[in-house]
Order: sequence, then C-alpha cells, then structure tokens
Amino acid sequence: MRFTKDHEWVALDGDIATVGITAYAAEQLGDVVFVEVPDIGKTLKQGDDMAVVESVKAASDVYAPVSGEVVEANAALGEAPDTVNAAPEAGGWFAKIKVSDPSQVEALMDRAAYETFLQTL
Amino acid sequence: MSQSDLKKTPLYEAHVAAGARMVPFAGYAMPVQYRDGVLKEHLWTRESAGLFDVSHMGQARLRGVAPLSAFEEVTPGDFIGLLPGRQRYSVLLNRKGGVIDDLMASRPDDDGLFVIVNGACKDGDFAYIADELVPQISIERLEDRALLALQGPKAVDVLKTHIPECAGKVFMDSWATTGWGVDVLISRSGYTGEDGYEISVPGHAAERIWIALLEDERVRPIGLGARDSLRLEAGLPLYGHDVDETVSPVEAGLTFAVSKKRRDAQDFPGAARIARELAEGPSRVRVGLKVLDGPPAREGAEIADADGQVVGVVTSGGFAPSLGHPIAMGFVPPALSAVGTALKVIVRGKAGTAQVVAMPFVPNRYVRKV
Repeated sequence: MRFTKDHEWVALDGDIATVGITAYAAEQLGDVVFVEVPDIGKTLKQGDDMAVVESVKAASDVYAPVSGEVVEANAALGEAPDTVNAAPEAGGWFAKIKVSDPSQVEALMDRAAYETFLQTL
Repeated sequence: MSQSDLKKTPLYEAHVAAGARMVPFAGYAMPVQYRDGVLKEHLWTRESAGLFDVSHMGQARLRGVAPLSAFEEVTPGDFIGLLPGRQRYSVLLNRKGGVIDDLMASRPDDDGLFVIVNGACKDGDFAYIADELVPQISIERLEDRALLALQGPKAVDVLKTHIPECAGKVFMDSWATTGWGVDVLISRSGYTGEDGYEISVPGHAAERIWIALLEDERVRPIGLGARDSLRLEAGLPLYGHDVDETVSPVEAGLTFAVSKKRRDAQDFPGAARIARELAEGPSRVRVGLKVLDGPPAREGAEIADADGQVVGVVTSGGFAPSLGHPIAMGFVPPALSAVGTALKVIVRGKAGTAQVVAMPFVPNRYVRKV
C-alpha cells in the first residue's frame, strides 16, 4: 500500500489500483455521512477531484492518487458511508482505477514514509 | 488570524485536557468536538445531557433609570412588560429593519437588564447600543464571566444536585442564585431544542464548575460542531448565516419577537418595513428543507423550483444526526414556502430532491410547566 500527502492510499494488483482515504484522514474527518464516488468509465489525471466525502461538519474533496480510468466504484458506501470510519483501509475503499502509469504508484510514500510524514503535521 | 492571536475562554485548558479539537471561532480558540466526535456528542445531548462552553458570547448588564423602556428603542420586543425572573429572545434592529444580532435579555434580579449576545457580534452590538442609548443607560460588559450551557433531557436532574431550585423553573425563567460557592445567573433555556440551562459564572470558578458537572456520568462535554447540528434540527437560525443585517425578523420567521404592542406603536428601528412585510408579506421567507436524495446541501447551495429555475439559497444545512438524513434552511419566495412544496437543491452541479417541511425538524422539548 502506498500513500499521498493528501491522505489517500493506493493498493496495486496488476494494473488495477484500489484507492481510498487513510485511517488518519478518516479520523480527522469524523463521522462520515455521505460519499460521492466517481462514475465508472471516468478518466482521471493524478490530482484530479475523484470523490467527495462528507462528515456531519463539512464536505471534503478526495483527489485521484494516480492517473487512469475508473473501472469500479464502491457502491456499498451509498448505504453505509460509515464504513469509511470503520475500515478506511479495507471495506471503505472508494474506487478501482486501471492505472495508465504504474510508476506513479511507486513514486508515492510507503507506510513508513507516510507515518514519518504524519509526525510532521 | 493566527492561532496565537486567538482569545481563550477560562475553560481552554480543560478542553485541551479532554482531547478537544480546537478551532478559531468568533476570535476565540473553541472546541469543535471532543474525542467522541460530532455524531455521538449530538445524540448524547438528545438522550442525556451535554455541557457546552459558550463563554465567547457577550454578557452585559444594562442599567439606568428605566433600562427596559430604553432597550425598546433598539429592539421590537415588549421589554417594558418583561417580568422579574423572566427572559426574552429578541433582535437588535438597524434603521432598515435588518437584524444586527439576535440576543437573550433577562431580569434575573433587580440589577437592570442582563443581556447575552453572539460572540462574533458582541463588540459591534455593544457599540451600537451605546451609540443609541448612552447616557439613558450604562453598559457594563461582564468579560470576567464564563457561560456554560447544560442541555438535554437529564439536564434538570443533574443541575438540581447543585442548584436545587432549578427543577421548579420553566422555559425562559431567569434567576440569580449561589452555586458552587459563587454567584451565578441562570436561565432555563438554550439553543439545542432540548430542555436545559445556560449558566453564567465568574471566570475564576468556571473550570471548577465545569469539572464538577462532568463528574456526573450523565454529562459529557459537547463541542461547537454538535451545537450547530442540534440548533439546525431545532429550526433555530444562526446569526451570520441564516440571519444578517439585510434580513428582517419577518423574513427570518422571527415575527414572534415583534410584540403585538410594538407592532401597533411602530416605535422601533425599521418599523415601516416590518409593518409593510406583515401586511403584504415579505419577498422571501426562511423555510426548512428535507433533502430526500443526494448529498447534504450546505450554506451557499442554490435552491431551484421544480422546473430548475433558481429561486433561493441555502443558508445552513447538513446531516441531521437525530433524523438520519440531510436537512437545510434557506430563503425562498413565499409562493414556494408551503409545507410539502417540492424543490431542488443544487450541490456540486447536481440537483437533489428536497421538500419544504415544518420547523423544528426535531420537536423541541422545552419545559413550559412544572
């Protein structure tokens, strides 16, 4: 699993990247009450707006951690948005992206680097 | 404003120690939530008792030969008729009939009028009152006092272990007493829709009283995040969002704050506009919206009619924890304000379905009789 400074995670299986937000991000947001996942077939560039996650307090943008095409979105979050809090780095995934440039994933932080980054916040 | 410029209430250290996330609000570092988070804090207040630090709000005494009649020169309320031991909700009006702020004014004792205004507006409010009313009255700002709110169905049982007479009071009663060994000014009121109390205490005793109240297992500390979702469900407007200097009390659905006697006399700032709006109807009114599908519609989201024509704007909105769906308040033309009217709310370019519903969204539980 790799991580961005915007607190998204990426897990790459073959050329399919599963993406979501980190436990740290979920904790900071608080209770998630709504998630807007991307449409299947949408082409995203790294850093594009990918999804919106809403807590009781506010709406926050989630950015695409890698470029590619959305091949699946986590429809279960429609009924159970709180899965993002309960299992942010597992069942709370947002989308699966067919990556166009796997080297983008390698360039992201590994867990140790991300945890070091969190210490600086 | 940088974090270091922010003012601190006497409870700042207690909030940090309790794991609060502190944010800038009205010039103060205030707790937006504690470890439980907004959702749990909200629900706890509705089922048990929540303790809020609202010491950023402006407290003052207005004194003079006739402070009640003087106060009628800046408000549309019947203050001459305000009985000792009672509190009234009112609004400060500008000459155009717009709301400068909303406030609570009470007579807890024989020492003039005790006024509580919003934190973000307090300097402007007291400057305006001074401009209009000094030297008829004098204003003493009580900046050395803290303000706590204890809200929820169990607030009465908790508070009566400290202030026994509180159980015999009703909604909007106000009194001065001694508690925790210091002088306190209390009202049975609040801004959550629940039964509860607002308690003004000397700043030096605030932390000790805060801790004493939290020793009761029925009480948990509640941040400003849940305070906002609670007041939204209660249908209560938030100044600076749902009401501002352009909005009249009639448009804001606060006509109850314009007393019958004062309407007839038309002797308050902006009386002509308010009389016209009462006679002919205002051009816009504040309504409650239930969002039937899609994301929460928050402040600034456009409201459209069934044909997609923009007719108004959301002034506050969010997810309602006690209802499990999003709700909002906003302004629409009166023709579209009837309960049941189908509207749309535009969020991130997509139209969600909404319906005008009666406020409060969650029934209030004020205690009007004991």
